[in-house]
Amino acid sequence: MIQLEQLSKFYGSDHDAICALNNVDLTVPKGSITGVIGVSGAGKSTLIRCVNMLERPSSGRVLVDGQDLTQLDAPALRKARHDIGMIFQHFNLLDSRTVYQNIAFPLELMGFDKNAMKERITPLLELTGLSDKKDRYPSALSGGQKQRVAIARALASRPKVLLCDEATSALDPQTTSSILELLREINQELGLTILLITHEMEVVKSICDSVALISGGELVETSKVGPFFTAPSTKLGREFLEEFLRIDPPKSLLDRLSSDGSDKPYPVIRIIFNDENVASPLISQLARSFELDISILQAKIEDIQGHTLGLMIAEFRGNAAHIEKALARLSDMQLSTEVLGYVD
Amino acid sequence: MSTDMMALIGHATLQTLYMVLISGIISGVLGLALGLALYVTRPGQILAYRPAFLVTSAVVNIGRSIPFIILMVAIVPFTRLVVGTSIGTNAAMVPLTIAAIPFVARLIEGALNEISPGLIEAAQAMGATPKQIVTKVLIPEARGGIITSITITIVTLISYSAMAGAVGGGGLGDVGIRYGYNRFEPLIMLVTVAILVIMVQGVQMLGDSMVKRANHK
Repeated sequence: MIQLEQLSKFYGSDHDAICALNNVDLTVPKGSITGVIGVSGAGKSTLIRCVNMLERPSSGRVLVDGQDLTQLDAPALRKARHDIGMIFQHFNLLDSRTVYQNIAFPLELMGFDKNAMKERITPLLELTGLSDKKDRYPSALSGGQKQRVAIARALASRPKVLLCDEATSALDPQTTSSILELLREINQELGLTILLITHEMEVVKSICDSVALISGGELVETSKVGPFFTAPSTKLGREFLEEFLRIDPPKSLLDRLSSDGSDKPYPVIRIIFNDENVASPLISQLARSFELDISILQAKIEDIQGHTLGLMIAEFRGNAAHIEKALARLSDMQLSTEVLGYVD
Repeated sequence: MSTDMMALIGHATLQTLYMVLISGIISGVLGLALGLALYVTRPGQILAYRPAFLVTSAVVNIGRSIPFIILMVAIVPFTRLVVGTSIGTNAAMVPLTIAAIPFVARLIEGALNEISPGLIEAAQAMGATPKQIVTKVLIPEARGGIITSITITIVTLISYSAMAGAVGGGGLGDVGIRYGYNRFEPLIMLVTVAILVIMVQGVQMLGDSMVKRANHK
């Protein structure tokens, strides 16, 4: 539905131009939810703004439903934009208009008459749960409600694609999940293709089908969400995953922990499990095979759209040689392990 | 105070109201247009066009830097062309309007700058034409700021109109100077100033209440 081909964007003049996007290729299949994740400054905002030409790419093609937007003149582009809804981090509602009038805005632009507008808007108010707030002004709404208005407004023109520019970044976690749920619902019920950008793994985890990791203006990894979370193929992917899974060890442990293994013999190890090994009785096997006492200090299991991901911090006690062997076994098993430090 | 005096002051009050109102309306409309032009042609804006922006901006700055009393006499030929005479209330209205236009334009531009760029972007993303952005986003969203600008302008015009006497325009300021100051009649000075104060208060209160109703922030 959306195809970005060799998309590049430079700011500034030739010799000291800053490259915001570098030869990006991305395909968003019809009906899917694709997330682009990256740290701030990675180019994700430029990327999504290139999809509806809010930002003109320096080179490359942007195909939305087969139409190359980079080739269109102004009137044709305006028409094409009616097929591309967009929501923003800061909602961008018109303060001078009520909820209803805000949703009517794109329809006014398209020249709808009053009755036709009402026919479109009423079901959208219901879908977004705003029926009782239709005559309120945005100033009287909460952040989550404002984003719902923005979603209804973006859907009013019945777009084929919805672009979400950090749509939940200004919202608290609870509101975020309700907005994500709404987006998921819209995706399934209306078959709407969604492209979103975010810096939060949580967003990708909860609604995306596919994910593209962007860094320094380049897509470094593109995959389905399941594999991305369980086995990211790039270093950056692993960093994102670790940040996502990060749990701070308890202070009592940190106080005992020493980075030097010479005076304290017992390692504290962080293990990340994925689908293949999360179910196996790994810890008790290790304990039995190597005569170790293993105590689990902290653990976390995440379910990512049917895939399981686990993280554990454990203390290995026993004979030094045995510990060595146990660690070797762990690395043989292709588990991601890391020695956090040593205790006595 | 004699009835003659009262009639004189009454007449002067009407002259002031007339000058301020007409020049306020005309400069409000033209200043709004010029302010919008300044805003939309600024580099990076929806109708960015650097030459037009620079010229408009320079003209506005020149207009704002000429002292009113000098402007009034400098444009006498133009005034004669527009209203057919270079003296009287109507003749005073022309320089008042000309002086107020660039003033309004800058105020309006400032009011438009308060609009979040995100709103314009959202409208563009929905396929709005530049004209639709002006009429459906810029003007409605800046409504409060526009009313504030017009209010400030009218108050300024009330004080500028005191100089209208220089071209025989009459009005309260003129009465204040000729009778209150030149003939040293403190009562008349006091009354004219009091009426001006009441006018300014009234305009400000009206403006404030309109802004309050226009803003849903």
